[in-house]
This record gives sequence, structure tokens and C-alpha cells, in this order.
Amino acid sequence: MSMAAEGAASAAAGVAGKPAGPDPWLPRLGRIVSRRRDSRDAWTLEIREQIPQSASFRPGQFNMLTAFGIGEVPISLSGDPAAMDRLIHTIRPVGPVSTALAQMRPGAAIGLRGPFGSGWPLRQAVGGDVLVVAGGLGLAPLRPVLYALLAGRERYGRITLLYGSRSPDDVLFHREIVSWSRRQRIEVHVTVDHAASGWDGHVGVVTTLVPRAQCEPQRTVALVCGPEVMMRLTVAALHAHGIPHEAIYLSMERNMKCALGLCGRCQLQSVLVCRDGPVFRYDRVRGLFAHKEL
Amino acid sequence: MESAPLAAITLGGLQALFDELKNQGYRVVGPVVRDGAIVYDDIGAVSELPRGWKDEQDGGHYRLVRRSNDARFGYAVGPHSWKKYLHPPLQPLWRARREDDRMSVEPERAVPERFAFIGVRACELRAIAVQDRVLLGGAHADLHYQARRNGAFIVALNCSQAGGTCFCVSMNAGPKVDSGFDLALTEIAEGGEPLYIVAAGSEAGRKLLSALPHREAQSQEVAAAAAIVARTAASMGREMQADDVKELLQHNLDHPRWDEVAERCLACGNCTMVCPTCFCTSVQDSSDLAGLEFSRSRRWDSCFTSDFSYIHGGSVRTSTRSRYRQWITHKLASWFDQFGSSGCVGCGRCITWCPVGIDIAEEVRAIRESERPSAAEPSGESAAGGITPVKQR
Ligand SMILES: Cc1cc2nc3c(=O)[nH]c(=O)nc-3n(C[C@H](O)[C@H](O)[C@H](O)COP(=O)(O)OP(=O)(O)OC[C@H]3O[C@@H](n4cnc5c(N)ncnc54)[C@H](O)[C@@H]3O)c2cc1C
Ligand code: SF4
Ligand code: SF4
Ligand code: FES
Repeated sequence: MSMAAEGAASAAAGVAGKPAGPDPWLPRLGRIVSRRRDSRDAWTLEIREQIPQSASFRPGQFNMLTAFGIGEVPISLSGDPAAMDRLIHTIRPVGPVSTALAQMRPGAAIGLRGPFGSGWPLRQAVGGDVLVVAGGLGLAPLRPVLYALLAGRERYGRITLLYGSRSPDDVLFHREIVSWSRRQRIEVHVTVDHAASGWDGHVGVVTTLVPRAQCEPQRTVALVCGPEVMMRLTVAALHAHGIPHEAIYLSMERNMKCALGLCGRCQLQSVLVCRDGPVFRYDRVRGLFAHKEL
Repeated sequence: MESAPLAAITLGGLQALFDELKNQGYRVVGPVVRDGAIVYDDIGAVSELPRGWKDEQDGGHYRLVRRSNDARFGYAVGPHSWKKYLHPPLQPLWRARREDDRMSVEPERAVPERFAFIGVRACELRAIAVQDRVLLGGAHADLHYQARRNGAFIVALNCSQAGGTCFCVSMNAGPKVDSGFDLALTEIAEGGEPLYIVAAGSEAGRKLLSALPHREAQSQEVAAAAAIVARTAASMGREMQADDVKELLQHNLDHPRWDEVAERCLACGNCTMVCPTCFCTSVQDSSDLAGLEFSRSRRWDSCFTSDFSYIHGGSVRTSTRSRYRQWITHKLASWFDQFGSSGCVGCGRCITWCPVGIDIAEEVRAIRESERPSAAEPSGESAAGGITPVKQR
């Protein structure tokens, strides 16, 4: 930690030696290039920045997106990390800000800050099997990792995606999932909580898919994202399947107002989720799952 | 710092200090009496200082009473702290405007206002250092705080009177100021007109001191000043065993005491508002009716509100139990993990200004005396202490 202030005896003589950079609270401007519906209640926006700059990010990272006059919320990058000139976000409208964002039409102005946060551990996965477990919209922050895994396909062993969704209409990125699985480059299992007529797939929670995963538990890295209860149950199922806690990674969600480590809103006991996460190795946050309301 | 001989100034010298600071363009703020409390506000003359007052403080209790001498700094700390200037309750962040379908965004200029703070206590200096680490020490510096902080001139004060809720000694944060000031005063008020023993802590402080009417302090005056601070250190109103408090709390996240304190706590958030290290904020966006002008500002927030931990579907911390636990474990435990030091400097404000007199020191003692480690906790590792982030890249 830089102790910018500690050593300085004089307030007047200058506290923080660090030169003032650009204001980290200030959003950059972008415009919506395209908008498509990706499930019953999720829309994917493609954004181009007004002043083009490298849009590189690590799978798992997020941006703070502003709907002007309404507010700013954290939204994961859901696109291909190799596509450098456009930002892709998949949004489910649940309240004022996410609704305003999801409704933005091509040409609309948007504010953005980021990318922020820790990414999925692609390095640790090299040479072994990868098990990706997504619940609901949790597939959005995991899609970039699937793109990255597929781009370097030969570096990994078996890649499996287990995906649980509420209903068939809620399945995200449907066509893409079919194509991944058809090309046999990854093994895909999809389940829904509530089937509808015409669904001939699996019904049940995503944890019931774990035994189907054709991976070697001792050389598998598991990446899990979804609602907290789903992650809790998934970890137990993965552990029962023989995957050690140190090989399981989760993406945590907390209220965020700054993503800079400055507003304190994403407190989760010893960590600030925006600064130290959102991706954590499970054994490091295990203690937190043992207590309610932390 | 201590090697240079100490100086002595009178009230006249103090007035000259105020004047000189003003001449140099500083906005001088210091202690004044307002509505029955000693608060920080703009100040021009030494006659505005709280002459002959002391503060009687206890859990949920604050009252100004007359003292037997004419000390100007004979109180401990009041409801204000310097964070109201360095990290103000409301901070505009930026404005945006739409013109012919073109958007533009302008930052709110970091205010170049230069403050001179008069009478900053040791615990308060420590609190400023804590906020420095939070707001400047990480990957992203807060430019608004940075501008105010870098411009500030600090006249510190060694305490001559411990408050009834003070426990800076326990937190190793006072009552003697050691660093982080430009000038430091000790007030000797016995026997008529007060005398101020002055130490310079920076080049700017030395320069300013040399411009004031002053003389070298005599050795018995220096000894008297030291005795005053020693007496203060020996008369702390509260005490907290702090060496292992981090582990104590992190091992007791499910202690029944949290339920007990929740029955008394009103979740009003007073403690977080008066605490000099609390830094949490919320942001608010607004726009004009035509949808052409937009702005964002941030304001102090409190971990006692339900919005604070809201994520879609409900708050993470719905119970008062969990909110009080969040506040105290953050101050005394997870602050170490997050920012490398304690988040409490032992100023006692949260005790004094709690409407029901909940006492952070007493809560820690109660947990210590009936320690019951969390059953759910994995053995051999601290419940929350061991979390480390995924290494970047
Ligand atoms: C790291 C991270 C990545 C995310 N990625 C996505 C994504 O890719 N797609 C997506 O649709 N959603 C994502 N979310 C959730 C999204 O941020 C919330 O749905 C959004 O904040 C809701 O805001 P609102 O104003 O529309 O709704 P309301 O429910 O009215 O929320 C009010 C306020 O509470 C806060 N809040 C509410 N829910 C959340 C939440 N889940 N997380 C953090 N703050 C919240 C926000 O400050 C919000 O403005 C992500 C959240 C986090 C923390
Ligand atoms: S927690 Fe209480 S005693 Fe500690 S610094 Fe904050 S207000 Fe002062
Ligand atoms: S501890 Fe006291 S001051 Fe703090 S929220 Fe509870 S009642 Fe209010
Ligand atoms: S979102 Fe502000 S500190 Fe994490």
C-alpha cells in the first residue's frame, strides 16, 4: 500500500506525492451502436466510445454504466475480449437504471467508467479441465471467458458449461450455446427450473448437472457465477464431485457506487468487492459464507 | 522536529498567527461555541475561541460547563471533525449537457480552497491519516480530497483535558501529537492569560512561526507542557484492550451480544456521521426537466441505512444486529485488512453522540468477557481475516 500521506510531516508541504491524474469519478462518453434481445428479459448493447480507446479487459471485469439523469450501475463485460473496438454488455432490467440502460436505442448517449475488478483465472486453467457453471444472468460475465477459452482451445483439456435458467425463454445466448456445443469444442448442459411445452432438455436446478460434467476433478478449475444461493449450493456440489475449494472461483455482487475503493458501499468484511473482486477464489471467501448478512 | 527549541507565544501571538494565515490566503477554521456545543467554523479572532469552557461527556451525554480557568482549548472534541472540510457531506462530481444531440461531460473542479485548521487533536490527526490512506492511498485517488488535503495548514494541539469518552491512549493515537502537523501548540492556562508552547512540524510551520511575535520557551515551561499532556494521558474516560480486538471480533461474528446491542441501537447512524474516519458515500444523479443538463454528486452515507447494502431483491444487511456488527467490525477489524490500520482512533464521539449511549469500548469488553467463537467458522483460520483477492493478471 502506498503510504502517500503517512510520512509527510507537513500538511502544507504536500501530502500526496501522486500527481493528479484524470478524475476517476468522471464517466467517458459512448454511443449505443446496436441493441439486441438475448432472452425474454435481457438485452445486449454494443457501445462505441466517443473518443476511441483500447477496449481491452479481462474476462470477469465490469464497467460502471451511466444512464444520464438516472444513475450509474455496475454491469459486466459480456463480449469477446479480443474485439478491441466495441464494448458489449448484457443487461436485465430490474430497476430504474438497468431499465433505462436496457431500453437504450442505437445512437443514444451513455456514460462509462472502467473496466474494473479482478478477472477469471485463465492462467491457472491452462493445461487442465475447465468447468463453467452459470445461473441465470450469471452467464453474461462468463461469456468472455468462454470466448477466451475457445480462442486458445488447444491449451485446455475438457471444457464444460453447465447452465441453469428459470425457463426456456430465459436462456441467454441460445444460438451461441447451440453452436458451441454443436462444434463439440465444449460440452454444454442446460437445465431450466420450469419447463414449457417444447422443451425436451433437462429440468431441475443447475447443481443436478454437476455429476454429468466430464472433467477430471483434481485437474479442474471451476468458474461459478449466479445468485449467491446458487453459488453456495454449486460449491457444495462441486466439492462433493471432488473439486477442491482452491480450484473454485466465484464472482460476488454487492452494492457499488464508485468501483474505485472510495465509497465503501461494497464492503464485505475484510474485502471491498469492487477493489479486491468481484472474482474471488472460494477458499478465500469461504468464512463469509458461514455467516448471515455480512 | 523536537530538536529545534520550542517557542512560546501569548494570545497576541495566536492572533498574529490567525492574521498571518489569513494574509497568506488560508480560510481559517477553528473551535467556536454554537448551540451549546463546541464545533468547527470560520474564525477570525482569538476572542471567538471557547474561553473558559469544558465539555462534560459520557455515553449519550454532552454538556458545556464552566472551567476554573480561561483556557481557550480546555475541551476535548465536539460533534464536528475536520472531515467536514476535507471530505465534505456533499460533493458535486460532474455536470453533463446535451446540445444538438451531442453530450459533453465536465468534472466539477476540485475546489482549490486552502484551509488552516486550528486546534487539531492527536486523534484527529490520526483520523486524517486514516482517511488519507482510504481516499489517497489506493489505486484511485479522490481528487477533491487530495486538493483540499494538500492545501491544508494544520495547527495541532496537545490535549490538556481528556474527555469522558476519550480512549486515544488505548488506540495509540494520542493525546500527544507526533507528526502530520505544521505547528503544534500546548496550552498552559493556569494563572491568568494562557501561554502556548509551540513546536514546528514542517518548513511551512517554521517559516510562519518565525514571522510571529514569540520567544524561546523556558525549560520549566516545556516541562509544564509535558506534564499537562502526561496528566491527560492518565485520565482517559474510556479504555479498550485493542491489541487483539481484530481477531476477537472476527472470531465472534455470531456472538449473542450482537442481538443484545441491536435491541438498544436505533440504527440512526449518528455514530457514523460524527466518526472522523467514516468515509462512506452514496451518489445521486439529477437532470433538468428538459433533459439537457445532468449532474452527479456524492454525499455521506451510513452503513446503518437499508439502502447501503441494497442489491436487487433486498438489502444484504436487513437486521440492526448485522448493521451494528458491520460498523464495529469495520472500525476495529476489517479496516486492517482493507487499509492496513485500525479505523478507530479512540476519539469517543460515537459514544457521546449515540442517543442511547451505546459504547464501542463496552461492547468490545462484553464480547471479550463472554467470548464464544462462531461455531460455523472453519477451524484454524480467522473467519473473515483470511480473504485475499485473486491476484491481478
Ligand atoms: C460486479 C457486478 C456485475 C454485474 N453485472 C451485471 C450484468 O452484466 N448485467 C446485469 O443486468 N446486471 C449486472 N449486475 C447487477 C446490476 O448492477 C443491478 O441489476 C443494478 O445495479 C440494478 O440497478 P437499478 O437501479 O436498475 O435497480 P434497483 O434494484 O432499483 O437498484 C437501486 C440501486 O441499488 C444498487 N443495486 C441494486 N442491485 C444491485 C446489484 N445486483 N449489484 C450492485 N448494486 C446493485 C444500485 O446502486 C442501484 O442503482 C452486476 C452487479 C455487479 C456488482
Ligand atoms: S469509532 Fe468512535 S471512537 Fe473510534 S474514531 Fe470513530 S467516533 Fe471516534
Ligand atoms: S450505535 Fe448509537 S449512534 Fe450508532 S446507529 Fe446505533 S443508536 Fe445510532
Ligand atoms: S464500490 Fe465504492 S468502494 Fe467498492
